[in-house]
Amino acid sequence: MKFWRTPLDQDRLKVPHGEVHIIKDRCKGCGFCVEYCPRGALEMSDEFNVKGYHPPRVTEESLCVNCNLCEMLCPEFAIFCVLKDEPESGEVKQVEG
Amino acid sequence: MKVDAPVREHPMEGLLRMDRIPHIWCPTCGIGTALTAFASALEEQEVSPDSVSIVSGIGCTGRVAGYTKLDSYHTTHGRGIPFAVGLHLANPSLKVVVFSGDGDLVGIGGNHFIHAARRNVDITVVCVNNFLYAMTGGQVAATSPVTANTSTSPYGNFEQPFSLPLLAQSCGAVYVARWTALHIRRMTKAFGEALQKKGFSFVEVIAPCSTLYARRNKLGTGLDLMKFYHDNSEIRHGADPNDLDIGFQQKIVCGKFVDIEKPTFLDAMNDGYRRAFGDRYEEYGGAHA
Amino acid sequence: MKADPKGVLTGAHYIDGNYAIAEGALAAGCRFFGGYPITPSTEIAERFVQRAPLVGGVFIQMEDEMASMNAVLGASWGGVKSMTCTSGPGFSLMMENFGLGLMLETPCVLVNVQRGGPSTGLPTLPGQGDMMQARWGSHGDYEVIALAPDSPQEGFELAIDAFNLSETYRMPVLMMTDECVGHMTEKVVIPPAEEIDVEPRRYTKKPPAEFLPYAVGDDLVPDAPPPGKGYRFHVTGLTHDERGYPVINAEAQDKLVRRLVDKVKKNAKDIIRFEEMDTDGADVVVVSYGITSRVVQPAIEKAKKKGIKVGQIRLIVVWPFPEEKIRELAGRVKTLVVPELNLGQVVLEVERLSAGKCGVTPVTHAGGGVHDPEAIFQAIKEGVK
Repeated sequence: MKFWRTPLDQDRLKVPHGEVHIIKDRCKGCGFCVEYCPRGALEMSDEFNVKGYHPPRVTEESLCVNCNLCEMLCPEFAIFCVLKDEPESGEVKQVEG
Repeated sequence: MKVDAPVREHPMEGLLRMDRIPHIWCPTCGIGTALTAFASALEEQEVSPDSVSIVSGIGCTGRVAGYTKLDSYHTTHGRGIPFAVGLHLANPSLKVVVFSGDGDLVGIGGNHFIHAARRNVDITVVCVNNFLYAMTGGQVAATSPVTANTSTSPYGNFEQPFSLPLLAQSCGAVYVARWTALHIRRMTKAFGEALQKKGFSFVEVIAPCSTLYARRNKLGTGLDLMKFYHDNSEIRHGADPNDLDIGFQQKIVCGKFVDIEKPTFLDAMNDGYRRAFGDRYEEYGGAHA
Repeated sequence: MKADPKGVLTGAHYIDGNYAIAEGALAAGCRFFGGYPITPSTEIAERFVQRAPLVGGVFIQMEDEMASMNAVLGASWGGVKSMTCTSGPGFSLMMENFGLGLMLETPCVLVNVQRGGPSTGLPTLPGQGDMMQARWGSHGDYEVIALAPDSPQEGFELAIDAFNLSETYRMPVLMMTDECVGHMTEKVVIPPAEEIDVEPRRYTKKPPAEFLPYAVGDDLVPDAPPPGKGYRFHVTGLTHDERGYPVINAEAQDKLVRRLVDKVKKNAKDIIRFEEMDTDGADVVVVSYGITSRVVQPAIEKAKKKGIKVGQIRLIVVWPFPEEKIRELAGRVKTLVVPELNLGQVVLEVERLSAGKCGVTPVTHAGGGVHDPEAIFQAIKEGVK
């Protein structure tokens, strides 16, 4: 996440981490999750699921912050995030805009 | 990262009829998203799913009742609202939701929509508006923007569409909101507020229709429509419903436009009969066994 | 179970047929009325709304007849006995959703106080021109139950029977009266509640996990799910299977539609009801229903005085039609005379079932009044030859 100023509580900030679960065979390749993941943690894969669509894949596991946007946007109930138990404090990984 | 068979099930599975998933909606259709938001709203509001009844009409959105694991009724075209009115009046302890499409609710169902709103019957109506009659192949609807190409307006629609928030507000709805399928969190919140609101609550969800609306109008896929919503929707809470028209690929104004208090149909009925009969009248709380 | 005394206006009353039907409905436990005004049925709605507030009922005047029919179905699913009333034009509007009621298997009662038709016709005058529409008015294959009272007293009694039949067979039941019976004022005796038997909603005893909305036993009638109790059932107007889920193929259609038809056909002997008088050794039998069955009396008396051996069948339940009785009669009489306030509807059934074994004489009347008994007498006289 790009900050235009440094938050005063950044060293106390606890950023949650999420674990992405993709139910590949339910996916219809719409691309909503990939487009709207705020962290760029998803991209369309090249593999085919049983219906012939390209499901998403996680680009980089540590990017997911469990915002659940993919889970809510997905029209097929094919992707969801689960909170991983150890939130880090302080560090936020930089990602291209 | 788990990409194989899930160890856990999707959080919505408790409210879905998993024996009927995958559903029939097209890739990039927005109805599944609206349904996810609705299910989230039920969970967030801590509404007991047993007490919720969902009624749908005919159409793509009309299939929602068939996928939701609640007492669900798939009725005839346009008649979801009167069915819901009867269901609610017989058994006011049920929370009755009508979840249907624009053609169903304000086309053939228009008369029922305006009267239920006028009477302020305590039901929640969710209208997924994809600007046409999708299930039957993409015909023009009362909500189709001017110049839109549909199968029964192949040279461009020349009719003026409804502005649904204006229609709902002018008929007396106590809660009126519009969101697009992209505004999922605000849509979820609106569903929650509408469910809790006493009286006729109406939420319009602008949703992409990929196979018909987008394709016929050369707008790409549903994802392209979602990107359009991203770039062209404007949130204006409390905007005047007269200013909420949607032109073809024009700005979409979203927000909560009406949130007022008014006696519901049953409130008014009980008051009226109490005035007429005095102590002899026992307040009506439901006639179900 | 016995009627709830709250709704039973025990005593002797001088009321018209429409009021009597409303009282019958209240006595049967009907507590929801969703209707739309239409002459000559409106008095049923008016009586219901006058009485409903003090018996715990709800009346709502809906915006049109389609809304009325659907509100009635919704209220029935909400667990309340419900009804609506209408006449010809409204009956036509209700047909699609009457079919929904049959498909969803929803108990409720629909009263058609028939008037002159077609179209706007004669709003204030009687007719019996909707009898075939009652049988075939909605689309697709199905069976119906339709009762025809001949007096306000019978209007009261058959209203209770209609609700009981609708609960027993989980389907909308029709009451086909006419403007004459509806608007005639006669003595109606309403018994005490403990003398009135009412059929309660047959809810399932199975727990939600085992319950299937359209699983049936030998009587072909499914048990109802109670709403709001965690059954999370799904019901649809699409062709469906036992789970209530839509199944769009020919086998599911065959299984479902045949069961819906057999539900009435196989139980027909428990449903069919008629009054038979003097048919033993009769040369002519008059088949009639509703107000016409009263108009035939002077004709029959005159015929008997002339030495004609004439009997009569008064249909109390018109659909399902008493096929066996008509077949049997056709085998031993010379003529069946069928007067109706229409240009020949129920007579078509009589012709079909008599299969040429006897003469069938319709006595038609386009509606707007009742027959001149002389016309019926002439038909009886001709029928002896």
